Amino acid sequence: MKKVKGRVALMAFVAIALSLCFTAVYAQKTENKIVIDGSTTVGPIAKAFAEYYMGKHPEVNITVSESGSGNGAKSLVNGVCDIADMSRFMKDKEFQAAVENSVFPVAHVVAMDGLPILVHPSNPIRGLTVEQVRHIYTGRITNWNELGGPNLKIVKVSRDTNSGTYETFEGLVMNKEKIAEDTEYVGSNGAVRQRVQSTQAAIGYAGLGFVDRTVKALEVNGIYPDQQTVTSGRYPIARPLFMFTDGYPKLGSHLHAFVTLHLTEQGQEIVESIGFVPVTSY
Amino acid sequence: MLTTPRPQASSIQRPGLLLSERATRFKRAGSLAGRGMLLIITSSSAIAVLFIFAFIIRDALPFFRLEGLRELFTSTRWYPSREPAEFGALAIFAGSGLVTLGAIVVAVPLGVAAAVCLSDLLPFAVRQWVKPIIEILAAIPSVAFGFFALVVFAPLLQAQGGPLLALACWIIGLPLALLGTTVVSDLAAGKLPERLRQPGQVVSFLLLAAASLATLHWTASWLGGLSISSGTNALNVSIILGIMALPTVVSVSEDALQAVGRELREGSYALGATRAETLVKVVIPAASSGILAAIILGVMRAVGETMVVWMASGNAAQIPDPWFNFLEPIRTLTATIAGDMGEADHVTGSSRYHVLFALALCLLTFSFTCNLVSEWASRRTRRKLA
Repeated sequence: MKKVKGRVALMAFVAIALSLCFTAVYAQKTENKIVIDGSTTVGPIAKAFAEYYMGKHPEVNITVSESGSGNGAKSLVNGVCDIADMSRFMKDKEFQAAVENSVFPVAHVVAMDGLPILVHPSNPIRGLTVEQVRHIYTGRITNWNELGGPNLKIVKVSRDTNSGTYETFEGLVMNKEKIAEDTEYVGSNGAVRQRVQSTQAAIGYAGLGFVDRTVKALEVNGIYPDQQTVTSGRYPIARPLFMFTDGYPKLGSHLHAFVTLHLTEQGQEIVESIGFVPVTSY
Repeated sequence: MLTTPRPQASSIQRPGLLLSERATRFKRAGSLAGRGMLLIITSSSAIAVLFIFAFIIRDALPFFRLEGLRELFTSTRWYPSREPAEFGALAIFAGSGLVTLGAIVVAVPLGVAAAVCLSDLLPFAVRQWVKPIIEILAAIPSVAFGFFALVVFAPLLQAQGGPLLALACWIIGLPLALLGTTVVSDLAAGKLPERLRQPGQVVSFLLLAAASLATLHWTASWLGGLSISSGTNALNVSIILGIMALPTVVSVSEDALQAVGRELREGSYALGATRAETLVKVVIPAASSGILAAIILGVMRAVGETMVVWMASGNAAQIPDPWFNFLEPIRTLTATIAGDMGEADHVTGSSRYHVLFALALCLLTFSFTCNLVSEWASRRTRRKLA
């Protein structure tokens, strides 16, 4: 009798557990969900927007991943995410793949970004020209003393080829020349900052939002990267930051409200607080 | 085969098919079907491995068809995202080889010595505590190791690299020097006539000790003068990979040493050998195939590690200036596959996608070969000792 009782109790427990799981899964499906994936540069903006939006609308669930602009585009094409954060525009082939998959990418420019050239705070150099930066990264200039700095071999840090930041740098600075073989590649903007702040002879590039007191941003062609110079276009290494959706989101839906957040005053305050440049001067 | 007259106790070989004459054809078919099902289930893991091989080969062949074999294995220029793309992976193979070599140099002496200590030198109670602690090293996630290497170890190497290396030189070199000096002076004095043996031993010990200490001091001060410009380099990764491969090497070596058995050791002691002679001349040679298997497993662990090398090796696709310069950043196969996977979409970039599978095929072939060799080595141990 005891054996049977025990067995019945076990089966009842399993049945209840399974039904709870199913209701949880089913509940997830009918709730409002927004899945965001993509650039590590736009990621902080998406996360801050998500926090603000979920605070105002608690029934919406927004998840943000940062696996690189290329991965974000892939996820949008495959229908895995609703919004693809990208720090560069979609390439022809990505657009083609999207259309073939019946996905029609629409770009929303959520902020402007500059690519500051970062060095260690102890580095005495104040500024470089775009050409000098290019010569450093192609390996023509190898020591800081060639530029008036200390006698140290330059440690070049670059973003990995997955990233939109890398593509922007390659397009605006490298001018089709090859990056030197001994350049170090790291996986995120945060990692670039971490390498530069702990290595005296390092030089790297990241997003404008990643400049803080632990690293020093150089003047490029005499212009210091900050919000005014990036919006006005005077800073030579600047780019727009995108969020791509599949078609224009339905008016009044949560997705629509989310991707137009950057046009509201609140949204632009958030963008500014992260360190990027809002699209309008509100 | 399906019918046996009267089952006798001595002739029962395959009880599964041992059905009596009265068993119906249905019963026999059912028995065969049951055995077939069990065979499929147990071979599912082998089938999975075959499928993995098949799919990777299927996606790697297009690259070789498009670009050929020469460039991948002979060129050092790795620019997959440029137009025109260059797929020279020689520097990446060299990088993988370099960090594996470094990891082996760190893990094997330490691991085999630890295994010898665990199996022969430490008292049983201490062994019960030390073995689980070594195995905890295997439980630490690799990303934790990678984080430590990037955030703690790399800046430490940059700031205090030289002195750290000098300190390591002393810590490793001093016991080795003392041990070596004692052994060599003992052997050298043994050749002298009886009367001179004692003073001869003392004199040779002092001379050798002085010489080895002088060498150590010179090496340490040379190391101390080095300045490491970038802490994310091959040395950083080699040390961390060596620590990660350590539990594997220790466990398998220790099993091999235990498998040698008491008889061999007791026989050696009975013949009057000292503990050191028993260890060096009897036990370790008997367990040598097992220790070789342990080393190969450590190699496989080091070659296949991804997170640590992606975070802390610098990912520079270059062969360092003298090839053994561990203080330069390098790039490994695993980090290349992990790092380039995002952009390489099979729709948007054909060669760029397939080259990663070609690299994965090389890795898989290498691991498979290592596994086969290690299996052969451990089978040799079992046959030798049986």
